[in-house]
Amino acid sequence: MKQKHTPSQKPSLFFVNKGKEALFSKKNRALLSDPMDDNNPITVQVLGICSALAITVQLKPAIVMSISVVVVMAASNVIISLLRNLIPNRIRIIVQLVVVAAMVVLVDQVLKAYAYDVYKELSIFIGLIITNCIVMGRLEAFALANRPWPSFLDGIGNAAGYGFILIVVAFFRELLGSGKLFGYQVIPDALYEMGYENNGLMLLSPMALITVGIFIWIQRSRNRKLIEKN
Amino acid sequence: MESYINLFVKSIFIENMIFAYFLGMCSYLAVSKTVKTAVGLGFAVIFVLSITVPINFLLDTYLLKPAALTWLGSEYASIDLSFLSFIMFIAVIASMVQLVEMIVEKFAPALYGALGIFLPLIAVNCAILGGSLFMQQKDFGGVLESGVYGFGSGIGWFLAIIAIAAIREKITYSNVPAPLRGLGITFIITGLMAIGFMSFMGIKLRSHLWIILLF
Repeated sequence: MKQKHTPSQKPSLFFVNKGKEALFSKKNRALLSDPMDDNNPITVQVLGICSALAITVQLKPAIVMSISVVVVMAASNVIISLLRNLIPNRIRIIVQLVVVAAMVVLVDQVLKAYAYDVYKELSIFIGLIITNCIVMGRLEAFALANRPWPSFLDGIGNAAGYGFILIVVAFFRELLGSGKLFGYQVIPDALYEMGYENNGLMLLSPMALITVGIFIWIQRSRNRKLIEKN
Repeated sequence: MESYINLFVKSIFIENMIFAYFLGMCSYLAVSKTVKTAVGLGFAVIFVLSITVPINFLLDTYLLKPAALTWLGSEYASIDLSFLSFIMFIAVIASMVQLVEMIVEKFAPALYGALGIFLPLIAVNCAILGGSLFMQQKDFGGVLESGVYGFGSGIGWFLAIIAIAAIREKITYSNVPAPLRGLGITFIITGLMAIGFMSFMGIKLRSHLWIILLF
């Protein structure tokens, strides 16, 4: 959101802007790195929390979900950015939804074909990528006003920022909740014999919220310019 | 009758959109700063949910499900259009939201101003699409049943956002650690509320019980 590109004189539909700016200029790199911390979609922009929390019980679905969101966001950002001068303002939300929905259907069918067990686990949350506020929020805030290449980077960056939180939360929930990572036991049996118990509460949905809350706490005490006024 | 009430109570409390499934969290967190705007958004969600879920139920039963097109003739029985359900559902939802937006703009301009960007964003409120997708999964028996489910889920969402908005209005007077202010504390409070709502789990209302509850 901070990195608005200056609008070019002539609207161009070219994928790469011709030699005016290096492909990975400082500005473009910031598009990738900003969403990881300073402008994280989940903890700072408050977008895309809906699906972030429900599928973080285990690492594997969280990673599959992050990859799906990266694909959907990159593709739909590029498509909307290519179409940005053709979409009438009044119906832009419906157009955006249809583009995103088409991308999600593709991801859905691919997952159904090649990763059926994870697909079953994610159940309705693949479909809910359509209404993931990150996708719509970035389309509205960025892709509608920028060229395809920066939009592509913005999509990748924000989806990666989202995936990062997802994976961190899933890591702690699976580790503390069931003592496993990726379904393999990592906490040694000796520890259980000494009286260690898995924290079953971590597997329940409320703990996802609290884990994210604690994550925000840690992030903001390190990066104090993110602190809110009240 | 009993099963409808059961479904209604279940969709409000036990399968609460926010506390059990985290659906619609984005607008839940962003519009819950004051109770007034929260009420407006809550009503909009109830309205849109109780309209779109039955419409999508009809679409699903007569158009999208495997063998749903049998009413056209037996040669259509093998058609399975269920991969289209995301696009169909979201199109219905987007057009309903457009309608609600026009109604609110005409009859309640103050509310329209207060809701701002979040009114069009109801279209991307996960709770709305989530309602339709859960409806598809649950295999309801009829339009009425799905309507009750949609209405109940809307009320559950409404209750949740009112509760958090009221708490957030009060919490401005408390001394929250600086890095936790705003978003952080809201997450943690929501988590605690969700633990509270978990105590409803496993409740199944019997007919004599809800009569007692009514009086």
